[in-house]
Amino acid sequence: MNHREHQSELPFVKVQQADFDLTAEITQLRQGHKNIGAVVSFVGTVRDINEGDDVSILELEHYPNMTEKALEKIRLEAHQRWSLEASLIIHRIGKLHPTDQIVLVAVASQHRESAFHAAHFIMDFLKTNAPFWKKETLPNGEVRWVDSRVSDAEAKQRWDI
Amino acid sequence: MDNVLADNRIHILYFASFREQLGQAEECLPASYDTVSELLSELAVRGENWKTVLFDNKNLQIAVNHDIASRETCLKSGDEVAFFPPVTGG
Repeated sequence: MNHREHQSELPFVKVQQADFDLTAEITQLRQGHKNIGAVVSFVGTVRDINEGDDVSILELEHYPNMTEKALEKIRLEAHQRWSLEASLIIHRIGKLHPTDQIVLVAVASQHRESAFHAAHFIMDFLKTNAPFWKKETLPNGEVRWVDSRVSDAEAKQRWDI
Repeated sequence: MDNVLADNRIHILYFASFREQLGQAEECLPASYDTVSELLSELAVRGENWKTVLFDNKNLQIAVNHDIASRETCLKSGDEVAFFPPVTGG
């Protein structure tokens, strides 16, 4: 839809079909920040098993426009809570397969503690606040929507909202 | 899309399993509801399916103009209202 337009408005939030290169993204994130002493990154990947069943395809649907806004809100909240130099969220959409990369959260700060906490925080909130939905296809052709997990809602509680 | 949104209408979107269960992705309705709750009551009248998927659904997620909202959220002309199940990204 308007991904390109939104990427230019929100350069640190990307919702895209294309894969990403962790090294290239971090190099770009660090560019021009000589005071960065810590970079923490989280990469989520597609498992070949869910709820005890093999999964052959995982399809990601999202709510264009709201997704970008929700991710940016989470990112800015992290910047308010911790002293960060830069951060980036990339989330893929469309059809993915086991072992594919699906999400990247990268946070850079002067000292490691802020970066560790902020990356954890961003992932916990992304799980419950960003409008993405997963649909999985099993090897026998059965297609089903992935259920949300109570543990994801609980994980968010640790941040005292 | 803005052209479609005449001044006195609201734009409604349904995502993921809701879209499949209700058989539609979006629609426009007259902006004659003060709150999301009123809109949900009106949609529930369409049939058991609509009532179950939306009105009676304790896990119903709501967004108004791209922000998380609730049944109590007020509506006005030109608003975009979205209904969807709990999110499962990441």
